[in-house]
Amino acid sequence: MRVLPVGEDALLVEVASGEEAQALHAELLRRRAEGSLPAAEIVPAARTVLLDGLSDPARLAADLTARDLPPAAPRAQGTVEIPVRYDGPDLAEVAAHWGVCAREVARIHADAEFRVAFCGFAPGFGYLTGLPSRYDVPRRPTPRTAVPAGSVALAGPYTGVYPRSSPGGWQLIGTTDLVLWDHTREPAALLSPGTRVRFVPVDAAGSAP
Amino acid sequence: MTDRALAVVRAGALTTVQDRGRAGHAHLGVPRSGALDGPAAALANRLAGNPPDAALLETTLDGCSVRPRSTVTVAVTGAPCPVAVDGRPAAWGAPVRVRAGSVVDVGAARRGVRSYLAVSGGIAVDPVLGSRSTDLLSGLGPAPLTDGAVLPLGPPPVRHTHVDVAPQPAPPEELVLRVTLGPRHDWFTPAAVRTFTSRAYRVSPASNRIGLRTTGPALERATHRELPSEGMVLGAVQVPPDGTPVVFLADHPTTGGYPVIAVVRPADLPAAAQAVPGTPVRFVAVRRR
Repeated sequence: MRVLPVGEDALLVEVASGEEAQALHAELLRRRAEGSLPAAEIVPAARTVLLDGLSDPARLAADLTARDLPPAAPRAQGTVEIPVRYDGPDLAEVAAHWGVCAREVARIHADAEFRVAFCGFAPGFGYLTGLPSRYDVPRRPTPRTAVPAGSVALAGPYTGVYPRSSPGGWQLIGTTDLVLWDHTREPAALLSPGTRVRFVPVDAAGSAP
Repeated sequence: MTDRALAVVRAGALTTVQDRGRAGHAHLGVPRSGALDGPAAALANRLAGNPPDAALLETTLDGCSVRPRSTVTVAVTGAPCPVAVDGRPAAWGAPVRVRAGSVVDVGAARRGVRSYLAVSGGIAVDPVLGSRSTDLLSGLGPAPLTDGAVLPLGPPPVRHTHVDVAPQPAPPEELVLRVTLGPRHDWFTPAAVRTFTSRAYRVSPASNRIGLRTTGPALERATHRELPSEGMVLGAVQVPPDGTPVVFLADHPTTGGYPVIAVVRPADLPAAAQAVPGTPVRFVAVRRR
């Protein structure tokens, strides 16, 4: 673990893997909840957790490097089920990358258990991990100017669901009608870091086949 | 015409509603947003008799015109500009009483970029995640002003202001940004780090509320690995593949995949918000306090 100072009141804690980053994030949230870590923002990402708005970053940095973090103790929380029609325009391309047929892409994807590693790109957009690394796919060489809201997409090791229409270069494998982000709802974001997710296949009419 | 509202007569190039922003939601991908020149916005609110977290208007270069439907106190701060009420000159940087139905015109900035128009009672659009700020990156908050739009105003403040005039810093002729190096300065060659902290850059016209873009010598990377996405702070100086630094302002993305060579001291960011395109920029390395 490396702790890098960021400006005057933030730290970037860097670890070796996404799993370690998720465990570190869970532990830092626990410390903040018990009142021992005063941080305005705790932002997990691919291999790091950013702590922003700290009153004494130097002391916290020393404290973090001096003590080993306990192993991952993921908080008990429910699983968000995302109903998905595996009808994306890049399904055949992903199937070719994986060396399977399109139907098999849906089966493999729906069998996996995902976790939100981190959020970013847009409010409510989660970077979900859970597929074995042999299923990593590249981004599209040319991003689309408009990806429809509800698109279920793959890039690198991640699955994501576009909360609203936006440009994007991920491979689109399906569609959901679930509203990922609604600022009038509490909580506004269906997916936050640490949330467990499963994709449940439905047919075009929206019911389970 | 006595309802608590403000009609937009001339929206201007880009006028948005801003307050102190919605910090605390970065882990959900929500930018902090908020007025780019915080001290100028706070002063406008104080002059108008508002609490410091009231929402006001942030203009971009060419001002805006509004018609309050009830009698209000307004104040214009930030980029110095002509102020007029029904065509008659009025004070900049001071409280101005405006009768119901009169037109307040915030003119083009004489220097600087962003003027702030506070109206007593504050702009009372519905808050989103605790803030009324327009976030141009993610589209949260009210849309930028359009001609003919009507904005609700809050109840008039109970306490009236006792401030007549207040000193304000002039927009910078040269923007000096104090930076602390890191967290990713080691992704650049030592020569690039020296270039960054010694050579002159200029403010690029492509700058916006998301970032102050610059033109100048490109910074050479020491490593060409790809940086996994990581959390970004306000004032982060990110270096995209073209090698020219971008200073992240209030609407910046919460995570990013380009290395951050340094972070600008927050106290220097209001000046960055007022630096017009072409303004010389120097990044000065300082020790972490």
